[in-house]
Amino acid sequence: MNPSNPAAAPAAVTVSAGPGYSFAYLDAGTKRMIRRAILKAIAIPGYQVPFAAREMPMPYGWGTGGVQVTAAILGAADVLKVIDQGADDTTNAVSIRRFFTATAGIATTTRTAEASVIQTRHRIPEAPLVEGQVLVYQVPIPEPLRFLEPRETETRQLHALAEYGLMHVKLYEDIARHGHIATTYAYPVEVAGRYVMDPSPTPKFDNPKMDDCPALQLFGAGREKRIYAIPPYTRVRSLDFEDHPFRVQSFDRPCALCGAEGVYLDEVVLDDAGGRMFVCSDTDHCESRLGESCLGETRRADGQTGEAA
Amino acid sequence: MYVAVKGGEAAIDNAHRLLAEVRRGDPAVPELTVAQIREQMRLLVDRVMTEGSLYDPDLAALALKQARGDVVEAVFLVRAYRTTLPRFGATEPVDTGAMTLARRISATFKDLPGGQVLGPTFDYTHRLVDFGLADGDSRDRSPDPAAEAEPEADAAACPRVTDLLGQAGLLEPSPPDAGAPVGDLTREPVDYPVDRAVRLQALARGDEGFLLALGYSTQRGYGRTHPFVGEIRVGAVDLEFTPEELGFPVGLGTVDLTECQMINQFHGHGAVPPQFTRGYGLVFGQGERKAMAMALVDRSLRAAELGEAVAVPAQDQEFVLAHCDSLQATGFVEHMKLPHYVDFQAELDLVRRLRAEHAARAAAPPPESDESPLREAAE
Amino acid sequence: MAHRLAPGFADPVHEGQAVFRAAMEALSRPGRIRPLVTALAPPGPLTPELAALALALTDADTPVWLDAPLRADPAVAGFLRFHTGAPLVAAPAEAAFALIADPAHCPPFTDFAQGTPAYPDASATLILAVDTLSDEAGPGFTGPGFAGQVFAGPGIRGTARLDAGPLPADWAARWAANHAGFPLGIDCLFVAPGRLAGLPRSARPVGAEASPGSEALPCT
Repeated sequence: MNPSNPAAAPAAVTVSAGPGYSFAYLDAGTKRMIRRAILKAIAIPGYQVPFAAREMPMPYGWGTGGVQVTAAILGAADVLKVIDQGADDTTNAVSIRRFFTATAGIATTTRTAEASVIQTRHRIPEAPLVEGQVLVYQVPIPEPLRFLEPRETETRQLHALAEYGLMHVKLYEDIARHGHIATTYAYPVEVAGRYVMDPSPTPKFDNPKMDDCPALQLFGAGREKRIYAIPPYTRVRSLDFEDHPFRVQSFDRPCALCGAEGVYLDEVVLDDAGGRMFVCSDTDHCESRLGESCLGETRRADGQTGEAA
Repeated sequence: MYVAVKGGEAAIDNAHRLLAEVRRGDPAVPELTVAQIREQMRLLVDRVMTEGSLYDPDLAALALKQARGDVVEAVFLVRAYRTTLPRFGATEPVDTGAMTLARRISATFKDLPGGQVLGPTFDYTHRLVDFGLADGDSRDRSPDPAAEAEPEADAAACPRVTDLLGQAGLLEPSPPDAGAPVGDLTREPVDYPVDRAVRLQALARGDEGFLLALGYSTQRGYGRTHPFVGEIRVGAVDLEFTPEELGFPVGLGTVDLTECQMINQFHGHGAVPPQFTRGYGLVFGQGERKAMAMALVDRSLRAAELGEAVAVPAQDQEFVLAHCDSLQATGFVEHMKLPHYVDFQAELDLVRRLRAEHAARAAAPPPESDESPLREAAE
Repeated sequence: MAHRLAPGFADPVHEGQAVFRAAMEALSRPGRIRPLVTALAPPGPLTPELAALALALTDADTPVWLDAPLRADPAVAGFLRFHTGAPLVAAPAEAAFALIADPAHCPPFTDFAQGTPAYPDASATLILAVDTLSDEAGPGFTGPGFAGQVFAGPGIRGTARLDAGPLPADWAARWAANHAGFPLGIDCLFVAPGRLAGLPRSARPVGAEASPGSEALPCT
């Protein structure tokens, strides 16, 4: 679609939309439908707006909700970053970034600070987000109560009544059984004092970043056909108890590559003798720090980072 | 020195090249044409059209070729393509009573107006592998194809069995067409509980294997409905569309359909006298197994409407509709292949911590843990 | 129709996207003015900004209600029907979007769809063309309406002041009641030449005399 864009991959393009497809794949009517859902989601923070998710050219469960939200908001001037597990170079992140390069011809980046739209799966970048940025989350199961009550007809009523006792009971049962709240990711939050919301399967380490965030946060669940939002500067509280306050994971060692502390680390198994190391999950954060300290070659070892810098 | 894993892009490109290579198979073997798939793998093409919600035999055949014969993958290609097609409106309802029949059978009456038309069917074939097929065209070995063919049934003389029963009031009437707009789950999110039209749409798109198993479960006691095959008819129907600017219907052509009308026993309740009830199945092309399974499940999903207890999976519309779509199911099951190491890391930490606490409680001296650098700190 | 139909977006894909994005930013940051640039030249009392939002957001799936001045000029309905295909409805309660050229005579909010407890999103969005629209960065407005009204809530860092007018005299009480009904309620987009601001139901009036729940809504 956009051969002139230097960001487009040269050979064997993953998604070659070809002529005849709309800008960012979706037709105008579908975009309007999604855009209307986004506006209502912003007006009712944390509430899951039903929308008629379309069948996208990537599988359900692989980011179709996030892709539809991104396609609906994206403009020609946007700069897109796509991460999966915090990394720009995981295969699904590469695939989605290429999809938008091919269908929208927009600029992409791996730098959090340079992006106007960031689509993510399972992480919030370490670098603080700023006003004007939009963070689009891919959501598998948008309903925070789903594993307590499988029926949509029931959970819808629970939200209508703001009846979240079930969730508190579940968290408290964890404490009774394990001595801890045993939820480590997709940790439920209360948005603006009203709706309990699933933050998508981000580690609870990232939950505090959602609170009072200057960026707009949009959530898309394609298979489950829901869109929800957290406007900027919105109170997002992780559910907890007075005697068991919400806590996040912290690591007692820095990233083995860049030395960053206070960030989320991936554990890498080095051999079959128990050797392992811990490195930044946010590859851009790590590379930026390495770049600053002239150690960039370590992380950039085989060079393939990207379509745009 | 450790080097972080890179090269996702190169890996994807290489994977696609390999895929193209294995798709083609041994280049010494002639390549399949779309027309060959369309003509000789027709039941597969029909299934892809049905679950893909798009009547286009050539596209379905091409999708099957591209998908290396993976039905769900082919359905996926068709559905994603369907997303990009403009929508002009809804056709007039098709009249299956006026179907040009290739096959028509009833299990409820030995004979009936228009008769039984066996048509092309695997029924009553002995499932013996025909090694002759390996050598080429089997028709060359058939006695006389013309003599075997049955005359095409006369549509006018073949009233639907359900219409015959309905006249006597023994069968519940077909719901009247109030002209109300029919829901479309591809354009509106499903809002439970949904009406029968939306349920039937979901079932028609639903995975054949899933519906087969669910329908089977009703026969084994998980919500028994005492079904009889009132009629299965396979054939072509005319498709008509009324453009807004014309105001009268124009013919678009014909499509092949398989319709199954299941007749189920019902004891009546309250003001309703005992009568037979209906289960309905309709698919593109020839797909009797799917149409029958769909009719069984349709009838089961009417439990609440007919005052029956909703107690088994096949009667539970949230359960059936939320899980019958092969694309949704395969996408979510297969997405587990995607990296989850961020979440796994969080779980790993928790399990290590719980194990350490467990060990401490067992009065053993707490092991010096240099394994987990992860701990929890106040926010 | 005597005169020629005014054209719609020259580039529907990108202009529609830009207008939507402005509306998204406006609703995300209540009380902050966003630029809204459009080359549309719609007929009669339909302002270019009202037309731009209508073209960007409405279609055959969204019933649209027009206020009296917009209804009075058939060229407006003709323009909207042609470019959006949206059904124009007579009853405010049936509308997903309301286009309001005379905001001083905006019907009571309760005439519009409020959503339901299970589906609060099934509610109307009001798009009002005001003469005056300014925020903290701009001059205050002294007429009836939002003079000096301050809001807090999602999208607002601390508080934000929004001045818009003319609006009905009881607007502050209406808004207080609208916010008190959260998550039900209507959402507003205010447009003025070259700019827009958003006011979602989540915006909480700060320091207003009208207490939440005071049902001082009758107005014509």
